[in-house]
Amino acid sequence: MKRLICSLVLTMLAVTGLVRAETLQIDGSTTVGPIADAFAEYFMRTNPGLEITVKKTGSGDGAAALIDSRCDIATLSRFMKDKEFKAAVDHNVFPVAHAIAMDGVCIIVHPSNTVIALTTAQVRDIYKGKTKNWKEIGGPDAEIVIVSRDTSSGTYETFHEKIMDKEELAKNVEYVNSNPQAQARVKTTVGAISYVGIGFVDADVKALKIDGIGPTKQTIANGTYPVSRPLFMFTNGYPKLGSTVFKFCTFYLTEKGQEIILAKGFVPVTSY
Amino acid sequence: MQGTLKETLVPAADSHRPLVLTPTEDMRGFLTLHLGRTALFLITCTSVLAVFLIFLFVIREALPFLAKFSIKEFLTSTSWYPEAVTPKFGTLALLVGSGYVTIVSIIFAVPVGILAAVFLSDIVSMKVRNIIKPIIEILAAIPSVAYGFFAVMVLAPWMQQKFGFSTGTNALNASLVLAVMALPTIISVSEDSISATGRELREASYGCGATRMETILKVVIPAAHSGIIAGVVLGMMRAIGETMVVWMASGNAAQIPSPWWDLSQSVRTLTATIAGDMGETEKGSPHYRALFAAGLLLLVITLCLNMVSEYFMIRAKKAGGKR
Repeated sequence: MKRLICSLVLTMLAVTGLVRAETLQIDGSTTVGPIADAFAEYFMRTNPGLEITVKKTGSGDGAAALIDSRCDIATLSRFMKDKEFKAAVDHNVFPVAHAIAMDGVCIIVHPSNTVIALTTAQVRDIYKGKTKNWKEIGGPDAEIVIVSRDTSSGTYETFHEKIMDKEELAKNVEYVNSNPQAQARVKTTVGAISYVGIGFVDADVKALKIDGIGPTKQTIANGTYPVSRPLFMFTNGYPKLGSTVFKFCTFYLTEKGQEIILAKGFVPVTSY
Repeated sequence: MQGTLKETLVPAADSHRPLVLTPTEDMRGFLTLHLGRTALFLITCTSVLAVFLIFLFVIREALPFLAKFSIKEFLTSTSWYPEAVTPKFGTLALLVGSGYVTIVSIIFAVPVGILAAVFLSDIVSMKVRNIIKPIIEILAAIPSVAYGFFAVMVLAPWMQQKFGFSTGTNALNASLVLAVMALPTIISVSEDSISATGRELREASYGCGATRMETILKVVIPAAHSGIIAGVVLGMMRAIGETMVVWMASGNAAQIPSPWWDLSQSVRTLTATIAGDMGETEKGSPHYRALFAAGLLLLVITLCLNMVSEYFMIRAKKAGGKR
């Protein structure tokens, strides 16, 4: 009996070793995460035997993974920084960017907040800690609870560059580590302000107009919304034509891919 | 003569070995003994080696940072902006954050823990104790991310509504959850040491005319104080090393609350900083090394706490062994 069980276990292990599934490792942004997840689900459904793992820990993490060759595709919601590019080349990785969709970073507040529009300068003052109460900018009498994404996030980088002008944030800014968490904080806290990708704005939070322009598909796609940005997938060199990585990175050009991008709340690169 | 010797002497009941060993069997036995001991020694050594190697690795990665940046600024500045154009690495706010959540969680957990330990050992019957104690130990088995999830999704909005805090992810939230996580350790160790003080002590106290409460408060707890302190220090170590809960529940604002006693403000701990920033740092960059320096700080603190707890455990064992 013992020998039978032993031999069964050994054959099972041997067989699993023989069946080699093709794997694809994707790592990076929590903003691009839902798109990558949906693409991966479609690919795994149409190609049985293909295993795709999508990690979502932040654009910075994705870039670091691509530099260390720990992933095949890095999803970033910002372009690679100079030092990341240099580090990649030093490690013999030559990053090629594929802009797969357009995104707008929306400043969100609690739905009960009476403020509907702010200027870039006002948002900057809030995040630097100069404005402490909503009533100073026309809102209710409530302390402003400032929530930001952590520094490994591409959403943070875009916000920091385009609105903060790369200035330091106040010391009492709270940090969360993903888009859904930022949205959850604003949903439950009356005085909160935060920023998420447009794909994460729903009925539970309110997106503000920035400098008079609200985030819609057109304003994001043609760049009139001040905080719009392309979403990227980076690969090591241009992927071999016909390979799975190539198909994944050019999926955004197909009709099915654009359907998915629209469904997730982002703007396809073709909607001008 | 020798033939009759072999026939009449019966070997031990469970062995087939003759009483007189041949030289090969003797050598085989000798080698097995010594090789076996060496093998087990090496296996034990790997655990000890792991501790040393961890320390070595952290020190090696942190040393270039400590050599280049001023240690004084590292320990006393409150500005933690590692990714800024001119990076600033000041861990005072992080140390204070870690200190706050640990101390406040201990303030909540120690009274509850010691009283629960007293209840389990002295007041309730053995049958009930044997039901309750395993249930408390289940608390220790719940994954910390489940605690963190509960803290963010349930505790934070409740705090905002009930107490009118402007933010629910703050030092108080993290401290409450850490107190619940440290409780099983404190209760377990305290209860074991209170039970170990023995019946004679209690009977002697009753014999002197003390009431039940006087016995518990003035005789039993002081007698078991070493074990109780050891349990509290172990609970502290759990609280200070906890990462997931504080990352989700404390708000992660690298600041010292102003005024200093305001627990409804968001704080950031060393553990959450290391966990949050490590993924994006490039190997060998100042940020990476600063995180290892912070890790070294954490290791040193937990090592000191561990030594304190060891000292009290030894005293507790000595006190218990006197009987």
